[in-house]
Amino acid sequence: MKILTGNDLASGDVTWWTGEGWSRHVEDAVDVGDQGEAIAHAEEGARRVNAPYVIDATLTDAGPRPAHIKDRVRALGPTVRPDLTLKPADPNAGSWVI
Amino acid sequence: MYKYDNYDQAIVDARVEEFRDQVKRRLAGQITEDQFKPLRLMNGLYLQLHAYMLRVAVPYGTMDSRQMHMLAHIARKYDRDYGHFTTRQNLQYNWIKLEDAPDILADLASVEMHAIQTSGNCIRNISSDQYAGAAADEVADPRPWAELLRQWSTFHPEFSYLPRKFKIAVIASDEDRAAMRLHDIGIQLVERDGVLGGKVFVGGGMGRTPMIAPEIKDFVGADDLLSYIEACLRVYNRYGRRDNIYKARIKILVHEIGADEYRRQVEEEFIEVKKLGIDPPQAEFDRIAAFFAPPAFEAGLSNEIDRSDPDFAVWLDQNVVAHKAAGYAIVNISLKPQGGIPGDASSAQIDLMADLAKEYSFDELRVTHAQNIVLPHVRKADLYAVWQKLADAGLAEANLDLISDIIACPGLDYCSLANARSIPVAQKISTRFADLGRQRELGELKLKISGCINACGHHHAGHIGILGVDRKGTENYQLLLGGSGAEDVSLAKITGPGFSEDGIVDAVETATNVYLAQRTEGERFVDTYRRIGMEPFKDALYG
Repeated sequence: MKILTGNDLASGDVTWWTGEGWSRHVEDAVDVGDQGEAIAHAEEGARRVNAPYVIDATLTDAGPRPAHIKDRVRALGPTVRPDLTLKPADPNAGSWVI
Repeated sequence: MYKYDNYDQAIVDARVEEFRDQVKRRLAGQITEDQFKPLRLMNGLYLQLHAYMLRVAVPYGTMDSRQMHMLAHIARKYDRDYGHFTTRQNLQYNWIKLEDAPDILADLASVEMHAIQTSGNCIRNISSDQYAGAAADEVADPRPWAELLRQWSTFHPEFSYLPRKFKIAVIASDEDRAAMRLHDIGIQLVERDGVLGGKVFVGGGMGRTPMIAPEIKDFVGADDLLSYIEACLRVYNRYGRRDNIYKARIKILVHEIGADEYRRQVEEEFIEVKKLGIDPPQAEFDRIAAFFAPPAFEAGLSNEIDRSDPDFAVWLDQNVVAHKAAGYAIVNISLKPQGGIPGDASSAQIDLMADLAKEYSFDELRVTHAQNIVLPHVRKADLYAVWQKLADAGLAEANLDLISDIIACPGLDYCSLANARSIPVAQKISTRFADLGRQRELGELKLKISGCINACGHHHAGHIGILGVDRKGTENYQLLLGGSGAEDVSLAKITGPGFSEDGIVDAVETATNVYLAQRTEGERFVDTYRRIGMEPFKDALYG
């Protein structure tokens, strides 16, 4: 599947296209098919996202999992600071990245 | 320490307000990201993996407690309660909001700090010896020269759009504690016949094409030094390659035309530059130098230290080095706790180091290129009290220059350029070698890790270097041996095929075992490598 990601303009937070808007959680990302570039262009123009780009992902039981480790690190947070990730209560969340 | 005059303060304050307006226009949609990106980068604001990252300049790594407290305040108020000290003697915040950036820059300006020229193809923060003004082996204090270069290079209209970024280091000792010859320009202050001047090296650097800077001029008198450096930059600005980012650094120019031809062109240009009169009048240099006058060291202090606490004695032997003034010592604060993140410090730790500087070190701190902090002027009688307070804050790791004193870039945990994570590898190695007795048995061993070929972690200059690469979507780590950023400068060589994350930790241990088996009396790891060569290490690593 193809999913769309970028950063929130004001906060810089990593965000994912949900089909209706932007979420900080990759689990909410939807397959954009071949519409990724068009959505990115429109959303960036409206300043709802900064520096968007389309990536490959696989759909798992837990939701989309980005194909490249860099985007998995972006999705979770730094593996070396579990307390600063989106899942601070789960010290093993980093294993999802590797 | 240098204090801003009205002109310094005015240009920094003006830049803050200019950036405030640029941010406002960006958030309002009046300028696009393509238009805004170069503006934010000129103010040290990057967009990294998780958020905006702000790189704050610490000129030649020198700060006072007021500035250090401000760094803690910003970390606490605007970031996530910590900062990361870098190999450029700067500090980076990893979780900055664009809308907060102008207020942060205003806070920095209030203590004579900024983030100007910490990005972009300009002259970056001038780096120097962290022991400047305290070391017994320096011919002069390098900081007035670094400050002069800072003022000269700030907003220099001719050098704001160079072919590529440009890094300058100034030292004043034969012992190189600043990786001077791995800079675009390295200046070593020297004396000749009682006259102060500089030995100038040009065209060093790491990155994808590591090079050691060749000597371009063995002596430039102090009266001509700034003009000579300007001439070095002018030749580069004219002929440096702008068509290929990978060949745009000055090291490529010097390498391609040769040091002799580059020198000839610089000498020719120098004659023209000298006519411009840019070298400061002696009175202006003296004005700058006066800010770096030695503090009022007490006379007649004892050199005796009570070593009865064994843990303190180990720290003393490892992290405290000789000072030029009797009764004083230089304290190195390691930011490399076992299993920790190299260079990171919490707001509370930053505040504590500021407090210690205020109380015990004439209000001075230094950031080192090895990502540690130095208290440059501590009375020997105060060392035990300083150590106790550091220990209470988790800052008394006695591992300076040992295998766990690892330089590591932020790597793929934070950096959008990285191909592999650096920090977890550093954490695993420092944990593997947690036994301090074992580390001390290995002796001086500089281990440096980069998460990509850009080499922010200085892997080319490591006695042991590690380079993280992306191999078909999986992190892989190359092992390098034999580098040095010191006066015995050398570039490390790759051992062979790379290793997995756990495999590289085993490989490092294997290399140290070869060293232990082969070393002769007094040899450091890198000495043994240079004597026996790569083969014994390859045999052990790859069988």
